[in-house]
Amino acid sequence: MTGPPDDCLARNEWICGAYLSTRRHILLDAVLQHLQLTAVSVLIGLAVAVPLAVLARRWKAAAGPVLAVTTVLYTIPSLAMFSLLLPLYGLSATLVVAGLVLYSLTLLVRNLLAGLRAVPEEIRQAALGMGYGPARLLLTVELPLALPAAMAGLRIAAVSAVSLVTVGAIVGFGGLGNLIYAGMNTYFKAQVLTASVLCVLIAVAADLLLLGVQRLLTPWTRPDRA
Amino acid sequence: MTTLTDAWAWLTDPAHWPGDDGIAHRLLQHLWLTVVCLAVSCLIALPVGLLLGHLGKGGALAVNISNAGRAVPTFAVLVLLLLTPVGRWGEGPTVVALVLFAVPPLLTNAYVGMREVDRDVVQAARGMGMTGGQLLRRVELPLALPMVLTGVRIAAVQLVATATIAALAGGGGLGRIITAGFNLASTPQVVAGAVLVAAFALAVEAVFVAVERLAPARARGGGR
Repeated sequence: MTGPPDDCLARNEWICGAYLSTRRHILLDAVLQHLQLTAVSVLIGLAVAVPLAVLARRWKAAAGPVLAVTTVLYTIPSLAMFSLLLPLYGLSATLVVAGLVLYSLTLLVRNLLAGLRAVPEEIRQAALGMGYGPARLLLTVELPLALPAAMAGLRIAAVSAVSLVTVGAIVGFGGLGNLIYAGMNTYFKAQVLTASVLCVLIAVAADLLLLGVQRLLTPWTRPDRA
Repeated sequence: MTTLTDAWAWLTDPAHWPGDDGIAHRLLQHLWLTVVCLAVSCLIALPVGLLLGHLGKGGALAVNISNAGRAVPTFAVLVLLLLTPVGRWGEGPTVVALVLFAVPPLLTNAYVGMREVDRDVVQAARGMGMTGGQLLRRVELPLALPMVLTGVRIAAVQLVATATIAALAGGGGLGRIITAGFNLASTPQVVAGAVLVAAFALAVEAVFVAVERLAPARARGGGR
């Protein structure tokens, strides 16, 4: 007669190699869902944030309301945000994406607007004096100069989104959060720790990736090493 | 629209207010968790942040701890704590997680606020013969107050959000109304709970905005 296997899974240890090898596919699926939800949300957020920030910069009267609405949105806790969207989207991945878009949007609009406002007036005047039209001024002068601030906002938005996706577990679309949720209900220590660590790793990787992109896009901000 | 009227009906149903799972009890729990954990976090973070700022040391730590805090999912920390021995101690995981997530913004803002005090003012105070302690209490702290208050506001909003997510890991507070609603597949209850949480969070933010308005003019951020 053979007893139950005496491995780290049976002993419910925090760190367990057997968990990694036997649940590889579950982990991979969760990581992919996590990446997908994060990327889609942040990209949609960015696509909405840029016109909003430009509008708020151009049309001064819009800046107050835009900032007020984004502050209110950011104050609402994530669990409540997802719940408020439930009647609109039901139990779906769209609900999680919609919630995350609202948070990313807030962070991005604030940083973009700060970046656009920080463009020195002399530079704008110089560009206007050289005969730049409003579109050319925006695309070739103002947006590039606002890029460092915008990228800082994008990094914060991406890192926050990676962490907030886990709350999506409440509707079953939380990427690694699903594994944490299931692990909590079954008291599965290895699953909770592995998923948590992967979550932090994704956040750090996203931050470093965007930092690299920022360095490539804004070579003029690099310290002169000569 | 029917969902909203259903949620309103749920919220105003007197049967949902009393009792251990009632709205009144959950509201008090949420308020208690927020206030107590904010006080504890301030007691831990502000002295450290102010002292580091005064000495001008440990800047990298004080600033980076905020960024690190953002990368760690609240929900993961709550569940990890629940599975450790802390989990056996009632609201233990919730309290520990709340404090953990409230400390970074407090520490960072206290430090940055102290460092942003005009160096000329600090030099002048030193020239007048102020000791380090006098400088900290009479010059740096009053000038750093707007940043410190902003840190407290960010921490309070963070506390409300974290206390809500605690419901997912079995903690008390308003979030429990939402999670119970999900378990019952009752959309009106979920929405009603969410409205309560959102209103609570906005009320906390409004209290701090009011405090900042009432603070002496010099304690307000320049030009805001």
